[in-house]
Amino acid sequence: MAEIIIRNLRKEFGSFTAVEGSSFKIEDGEFFMLLGPSGCGKTTTLRMIAGLELPSSGEIYIDGEECGRKPASQRDIAFVFQMFALYPHMNVRRNISYPLASQGMGRAEIRAKVEEVARILGITDILDRSVGGLSGGDRQRVALGRAIVRNPKCFLMDEPLGALDAEFREHMAEELRALHDRMGATTVYVTHDQLEAMQMGDKIVVMNHGVVEQFGAPQDIYDKPATLFVASFIGSPPMNFLRFHGKLAPGATEVALHHSRFAIPAARAPFEGDMVLGVRPEHVHLSDTSSYRARVLATEYLGTTQIVTLQTQDGQIKARLASDQVARVNEQVGLDFTDSTITLFDAQTGHALRSELNEGVLAHG
Amino acid sequence: MSSYSITEPSPRSKWIAGILVVSYALITLIPLVWIIATGFKSSSDSIAYPPKVFFEPTLEGYVNLFTRQTRATPEQLAATPPTTWYEQIVHDNGMVISGPSRFGERFMNSVIIGFGSTFLSVFLGTLAAYAFSRYRIPLKDDLMFFILSTRMMPPIAVAIPIFLMFRAAGLSDTHAGMILLYTAVNLSLAVWLLKGFIDEIPREYEEAALIDGYTRFQAFVKVVLPQAATGIASTAIFCLIFAWNEYAFAVLLTSGTAQTAPPFIPTIIGVGGRDWPAVAAGATLFLVPVMVFTILLRKHLLRGITFGAVRK
Repeated sequence: MAEIIIRNLRKEFGSFTAVEGSSFKIEDGEFFMLLGPSGCGKTTTLRMIAGLELPSSGEIYIDGEECGRKPASQRDIAFVFQMFALYPHMNVRRNISYPLASQGMGRAEIRAKVEEVARILGITDILDRSVGGLSGGDRQRVALGRAIVRNPKCFLMDEPLGALDAEFREHMAEELRALHDRMGATTVYVTHDQLEAMQMGDKIVVMNHGVVEQFGAPQDIYDKPATLFVASFIGSPPMNFLRFHGKLAPGATEVALHHSRFAIPAARAPFEGDMVLGVRPEHVHLSDTSSYRARVLATEYLGTTQIVTLQTQDGQIKARLASDQVARVNEQVGLDFTDSTITLFDAQTGHALRSELNEGVLAHG
Repeated sequence: MSSYSITEPSPRSKWIAGILVVSYALITLIPLVWIIATGFKSSSDSIAYPPKVFFEPTLEGYVNLFTRQTRATPEQLAATPPTTWYEQIVHDNGMVISGPSRFGERFMNSVIIGFGSTFLSVFLGTLAAYAFSRYRIPLKDDLMFFILSTRMMPPIAVAIPIFLMFRAAGLSDTHAGMILLYTAVNLSLAVWLLKGFIDEIPREYEEAALIDGYTRFQAFVKVVLPQAATGIASTAIFCLIFAWNEYAFAVLLTSGTAQTAPPFIPTIIGVGGRDWPAVAAGATLFLVPVMVFTILLRKHLLRGITFGAVRK
């Protein structure tokens, strides 16, 4: 097992830059998520770690060894493809034993290993079937079997649950996480699904347009987003943004929006200009005493909670409220935010402004 | 009311389709039956008018095809009584066998040149198609078009330059020369056909093999080739049919050592132009190898490339 360090990794396809100077570190044994919308460079990054693409510049260290230019076959890694890529002309047993055969392992030993892996994954009874007739879940397990049979330094997975139907996906996600915890292997997992990333990952890298937007634990990324992109990409519904113009002195604990004052985590640096106030829907509350007024546009009932869409002077925002709280459409209400959770962003650059809340996270982000 | 189905054709349209298929089969099979039958007719039956549908079969045509004969006087005939059934047939016509004919050699030439050029076309074609399919090659599209453009005029249009080139290079009437020529003609077809098949094979298979610890070449041999078997088989059949049946270049560029069967078979007819059964026998035997080859590869032609192990 191994730690993986990515330093200034860059990949260009002709004039298009797919990955732009990424740097992050994956600790030994971590379940690491590469998250972003399609075309953000996450898969390209994974393929460079695997050795299926050569970086234009930058370094990849696997287990302390620089291997950005090494062929995939010499990196001792395993890769699970989105479409599984099981060899169609071989049965399940041969598919799983294929990586062992390349190492020139003896037949008896291969047989024993394959059976052991099949037991772990619960696919002993399909070992002699052809891969063509298997269900999506079984194919997924065979693909995992082919990956774990060799005890590689790390697992790389490219949206491995993307080809499964929603119902089964949840189940497989649990199985995958359980398998990881059991083996303790470093795993790099690419997904565009923020829920999957939050649910399974120890750490998340959020990428957009080839740039690493933020790197950290799921809670930090959710509560302390480093950029407007991260704030809007993570969370459903996403973070609410209220645009305003103002001035911030170091240590300021308040901002003014249309004469209403909102408490904020203490600012750490001065700022003047266009700002965005970001607040998660669950931190928006109805308050009769508040002077910041809004009109209820719509409500969506979700069981234990409801999502209430509100029209303010600064645009629409959504609030996640307990479902027993009464909110009627067209009603005028006052709004209040949980002050300690507010993040302010520079509207121009999209970067979060340093505050008491996020300074620890932004310092190494 | 009869039940209506959108997948099952109605009994009437099934009948019409059946009649059309059977009549088409009959029309295309008649010449074939004619040739095969003529091979077993006697010389006089073969040119009888009206044509004989029922006749007494004889192997005379096949014996004539494989032997050289000379006319003998009655005394000579009496002095050499026939010892085998084929000597008997020749004997009855007032002839004696003076040796084997050249048909066997010419047939072997066809086999060597036909299969040799097919192998070479498919071998080179697969490598080229793989490279075109998988690698970033400068001017890829232009090169592919250039390869196709070599087939834009009939090959025989350049017969005279090729004749002169072959003469200058000492390739006239050699096996190597003919293999080279047929490979050159077939290669563009092979590259294009095979590229289509290889494009259809998902790259993930090779990438999985690379990650499983195999080299690019091993991945190609062990993963891509089995997947491309269908394409390789059908390409091989197309290449073989062309090289096997080619007549114009064979007439022009071969006369002896490397002469193939197509230009040789018409010469069997002899001076009097009477030996149609021998010609028909030669044509019948000439059909066999392509037929056997196609039947052997039929399994690959019908089988799909993937079995759905990659979801599309």
